[in-house]
Amino acid sequence: MARTPDVRRASTALRSPVTFSLLAGVVIGAVFLVGTGADPFAAYGAVITGSLGADGIGATLTTLTSVLGMALALAVPLRAGLINLGGDGQMVLGGITAAVTGLYSPLPPSLTAVLALLAGTAAGGAYAALAALCENRLGVPLLVSSLLLSYPAISLASYLARYPLKEPGSSLPQTRRLPEGVALPAFGSSTVTVGLLVVALAAGAYWFTDSRTAVGYEIRMTGLNPRFAAYAGVDRKGLTLRLMATSGALAGLVGAIGVLSFPYRFLDGSLTSPGYTWTGLTAALLASASPLGTVLASFFFAVLQVGGLAMERTTEVPRELTQVLQAIVIVFLAARLRFPRRRGASGGHQPVTQGEPA
Amino acid sequence: MFLDSDLLMSVLRALTPILLAALGGALCERAGVFNIGLEGLMLVGCFTAVSTSWFTGSPWLGVLAAALASAAYSLILAVGAVTLRGDAVVLGVAMNLLAAGLTSFLLRTVFGVQGTFDDPSLAGLPVVGGFTPLTYLSWAAVVVAAVLLSRHVWGLRLRGVGESPDAAATLGVNPARHKYAAVLLSGVLCGLAGAQLALGNVTLFSENMTAGRGWIAVVAVMLGRAVPLGVLLAALLFGVAEAVGFRLQGLGLPQQATDAAPYVVTLGALFITTARRRGRTPRASRGPRTPGTPRSTGSTRSTDPSGVAS
Repeated sequence: MARTPDVRRASTALRSPVTFSLLAGVVIGAVFLVGTGADPFAAYGAVITGSLGADGIGATLTTLTSVLGMALALAVPLRAGLINLGGDGQMVLGGITAAVTGLYSPLPPSLTAVLALLAGTAAGGAYAALAALCENRLGVPLLVSSLLLSYPAISLASYLARYPLKEPGSSLPQTRRLPEGVALPAFGSSTVTVGLLVVALAAGAYWFTDSRTAVGYEIRMTGLNPRFAAYAGVDRKGLTLRLMATSGALAGLVGAIGVLSFPYRFLDGSLTSPGYTWTGLTAALLASASPLGTVLASFFFAVLQVGGLAMERTTEVPRELTQVLQAIVIVFLAARLRFPRRRGASGGHQPVTQGEPA
Repeated sequence: MFLDSDLLMSVLRALTPILLAALGGALCERAGVFNIGLEGLMLVGCFTAVSTSWFTGSPWLGVLAAALASAAYSLILAVGAVTLRGDAVVLGVAMNLLAAGLTSFLLRTVFGVQGTFDDPSLAGLPVVGGFTPLTYLSWAAVVVAAVLLSRHVWGLRLRGVGESPDAAATLGVNPARHKYAAVLLSGVLCGLAGAQLALGNVTLFSENMTAGRGWIAVVAVMLGRAVPLGVLLAALLFGVAEAVGFRLQGLGLPQQATDAAPYVVTLGALFITTARRRGRTPRASRGPRTPGTPRSTGSTRSTDPSGVAS
């Protein structure tokens, strides 16, 4: 790309599926806004000021922590053409494990916080590995095994938060507050915690693995052409297992970070209802799971999610519009982008267009 | 008694939406389009059925509108996956997301409520002999789909398109047209499923009220190998799990356990059927596989994009 002249470059950028989809999303969103009688410029303005202004940036960065974490979790297997649909279950399991560890660990508070983080990560990773084993050993496709395993995990965590671990006397389905000091340190008086740094480190590690190591090369090669990768000696089953374990571990980490941040407890539904998993999947898809693109797309969606609230306050347009926008972007992208996945004998004639970094 | 006619009725009621959606999924599967947007298609059907019934006062117009709206919505998959050759899995995921967002958005802009729209004057479907007419229709649809796919020339062509589009095209069959027909039919069936859910099983609309039923339908398609009768049995399994779970809830089992039951049962059934299929396939396929064929375990079709049929 760097060798083409500037004009050509601009037109390529415009024709790139990512730019096209984003523009389509923004334009269709504007149509919706006009349809509900709102001024699109005012509404989009409210999204920007509400999410990046002094009042909103803290919330945006807090949301970014979860969205980026989940986007990375889903990008890792996606890079090899695998889709993990069980992010919700893995995240919630990580959260409840972190809550139990935080409540019952005999260690000093700061060590307990670290232990809870690790325990949540391990729980998510182990659960996702189970989904990979379902595919490898039992022949149940990953797409389905990961999704079906997600629901029982959510139910289990919900049960634990409502009955055995429920805070006595509380009307909410939540566990007790974690002991004093069992928390991730926050920056100043904001709700942004060290969790953001942890997730950023994970993003860095993903970038390094992806572009600088042999494993990263194997993963990308599998994503681009699984049959060639298999021919070249990539152990597909082992790769699936490792990728899913990493994916689940990241999802569990997000859950643990959520519990170790405000309100410092596991509240049933608080991890799943903001839709971090789907937002994360959308971000990962938008970026074709490329490390830098995933970070940018996550930031974009975090801005949308937080800005949607501000838009609702100023223009009375329901914030669900941002979810619509997000889905429209992916609809256009999916139709335009030939995403690298394993295919049958037919249908894969077109050259694969790897998404440019957004 | 535990196993009484009440339970049977609730099994059949739980079965209907899943069966309708799964039949649609099976048609798509046979035509070689992997449709995981069933959940979103159903949700669109639910919302259209409730809003049309509310504004016109006629549940029948609601059913009709739901079928049309879901068929129109299924065009996203048809255009995206067939004409533009996009990725069906990503499209399906996006359709589910879009349906969830769109229905929640419209619920707030049209009805001005958040969460659930529920009004005593909302007209639901009439009940004939314990079931709504759509339930009887779903049984008829199984028969029609079975005959269509195995005995009718159109079904034969559809299967041909699914198994080998190039060969079908050579014989003068238009693959794109058949794929469009299958996807649109699945839209109609999912719209009916949504109408049954929102005007039959209950009479209300709430956000994400399909609650994973579309995904269960996707699994039922796999479990039933995209054969109408197999799909019926698979959907029945889920209906039993849901109804029995609901009954057990009355006996003191926590709601969370019964919520999870259908998914666990479905996963278990998948394990058993794939294990049995592996047991039946010749030894050779269990041995070290040739590197070039990453996944194929005795399945007849290998055209679906995610290898789900294997």
